[in-house]
Amino acid sequence: MSAIAATKAQSSQQAKSLYRQLLRQGEQFAAYNFREYAKRRARDSFREHRDVQDSREIQELMQKGLKELQVMKRQTVISQFYQMDKLVVEGGKAGKETGSSGSIVRQKDTGLD
Amino acid sequence: MSNIASSSLRQASRICLKQSTSPTCLARSATARVTRLSSQRRGYVSETKKGNAQVNVDTAIRAEQKTFFQETGKHPEGQIVPGTSVNADAMMSPMAGVLKQATVLDQGERPIYLDMQATTPLDPRVLDAMLPFYTGLYGNPHSRTHAYGWETDEAIEQARQNIADLIGAHPKEIIFTSGATESNNMSVKGVARFFGRAGKKNHIITTQTEHKCVLDSCRHLQDEGFEVTYLPVKSSGLIDMSDLEAAMRPETALVSIMSVNNEIGVIQPLEEIGKLCRSKKVFFHTDAAQAVGKIPMDVNKMQIDLMSISSHKIYGPMGIGACYVRRRPRVRIDPIITGGGQERGLRSGTLAPALVVGFGEACRIAKEELVYDSQRIKKLSDRLLRGLLSLEHTQQNGDPNHFYPGCVNVSFSYVEGESLLMALKDIALSSGSACTSASLEPSYVLRALGSSDESAHSSIRFGIGRFTTESEIDYVLKAVNERVSFLRELSPLWELVQEGIALDSIQWSQH
Repeated sequence: MSAIAATKAQSSQQAKSLYRQLLRQGEQFAAYNFREYAKRRARDSFREHRDVQDSREIQELMQKGLKELQVMKRQTVISQFYQMDKLVVEGGKAGKETGSSGSIVRQKDTGLD
Repeated sequence: MSNIASSSLRQASRICLKQSTSPTCLARSATARVTRLSSQRRGYVSETKKGNAQVNVDTAIRAEQKTFFQETGKHPEGQIVPGTSVNADAMMSPMAGVLKQATVLDQGERPIYLDMQATTPLDPRVLDAMLPFYTGLYGNPHSRTHAYGWETDEAIEQARQNIADLIGAHPKEIIFTSGATESNNMSVKGVARFFGRAGKKNHIITTQTEHKCVLDSCRHLQDEGFEVTYLPVKSSGLIDMSDLEAAMRPETALVSIMSVNNEIGVIQPLEEIGKLCRSKKVFFHTDAAQAVGKIPMDVNKMQIDLMSISSHKIYGPMGIGACYVRRRPRVRIDPIITGGGQERGLRSGTLAPALVVGFGEACRIAKEELVYDSQRIKKLSDRLLRGLLSLEHTQQNGDPNHFYPGCVNVSFSYVEGESLLMALKDIALSSGSACTSASLEPSYVLRALGSSDESAHSSIRFGIGRFTTESEIDYVLKAVNERVSFLRELSPLWELVQEGIALDSIQWSQH
């Protein structure tokens, strides 16, 4: 009995860790829309499957989450290579960016000259 | 020697232009350049070095920031240059200005993307599936003699399976094409020509609100001697089933009706149309570029015989699409592109494995996320629609009950649509289909619904997709609200309306 409880606790620990990793990795997307989607999708799918008890199903979901994490690790790097100017909605409602962030050079031009 | 002197002068003057903010520095650097040049060996071709022509913006800016800090003890980004509103950081980097690359972006300027009917952004998961085929797996999928061919062929078959699963078809019924336009051409012209050859069936039925590529294919067939019926639509954008039944003749070969309209988003009653066509033994083609992956589609339930699918409308790559061609009962078509006999001989030409795999992955994701995405898009769409319709004198185009929520088409009376688009520069929108967005003609789809010229001119389409966020919708609502009222304030017509004068009662003077 205690063994089952122990594995349960362990898997819940793993799930929490995966969730944190997914959110942290999603934050790395340079493109606003992808960043917001990655975080939202991770949050919503963990919420959706919060009550899953079947250990096999938990395993499958964890595998899927790990695969998504791998994809995101690669894609966030690519996203950071090709940065566009920020969207008008980013950085608060007014679109202002504060703090010292002059370190990144983004492509600013939109459209033709 | 005179050559070198003049070229050095030219260079110096160029430097002057670049560094006009720091006169002492420019004089120093110009003299330095002249002396350095004169000591160089003489040659017919001036020497070029990478460092002479290019400025590494990153390093240059960092170096300048460092020197600024050393001299003043202050951070440049916090210092506003007197007399201007620019901070010292932006002022110090004229190279950045010359190269049109900003170092410090106080405010984003890139518009919000709300034109998901034109195309959708490529999903990062799709790109991840595609990249191996652009780097290592470059075999020709039709090569049967080596492993390079086998591995890409296997990936293509997997993608075909994913696409078939999304629409409930068999993988062998999927034909890859270059996009929905080619699929539409292939279906309409192919079926008509194949059955027209026997001389018995020479009639095609389509609607007035179809995409240009279907209408144009029909026009071509008319030149070849086919008869085409362009069904009118109701003011809601839906077709009348009794009209369709009345238009059917014994010699009708094909009915082509789109699933989801690209401009107003109405969903046609596909199941009823399919049933009617099957009972009359007429082939049913549907342009589902805007429907697949967004609303549940099942070719067997809807009794569809031919269907066009586009990849870039479902977060896949551009340049690929598919055509579903039913096998039982078999649909025979005359291929437009002939050659090596790939794709069952219906569309010859080597497939692009990367695009096909991306398309397949996009379909797999679309199937997985269909419920989640549609819930979310519905929520955002309701929010947008509620906000837009709360403005006075606005109305939604198309049937409010049978439309895909990701496509919201709204008319703003007494505002010119094109001027509103210009005023909404910070939002990427369109007044109609991307193919006709270059012309200022009012949309033919809206005219077919019976809207007046003014109403068709003043309508705007908002496309919501997987990656649209709540704050974007709020931003759009605020911006539209502001700019519409601003443009209306300028309009003399709006003044008349406010005074309660009906516009059609006015006798405009003739010139």
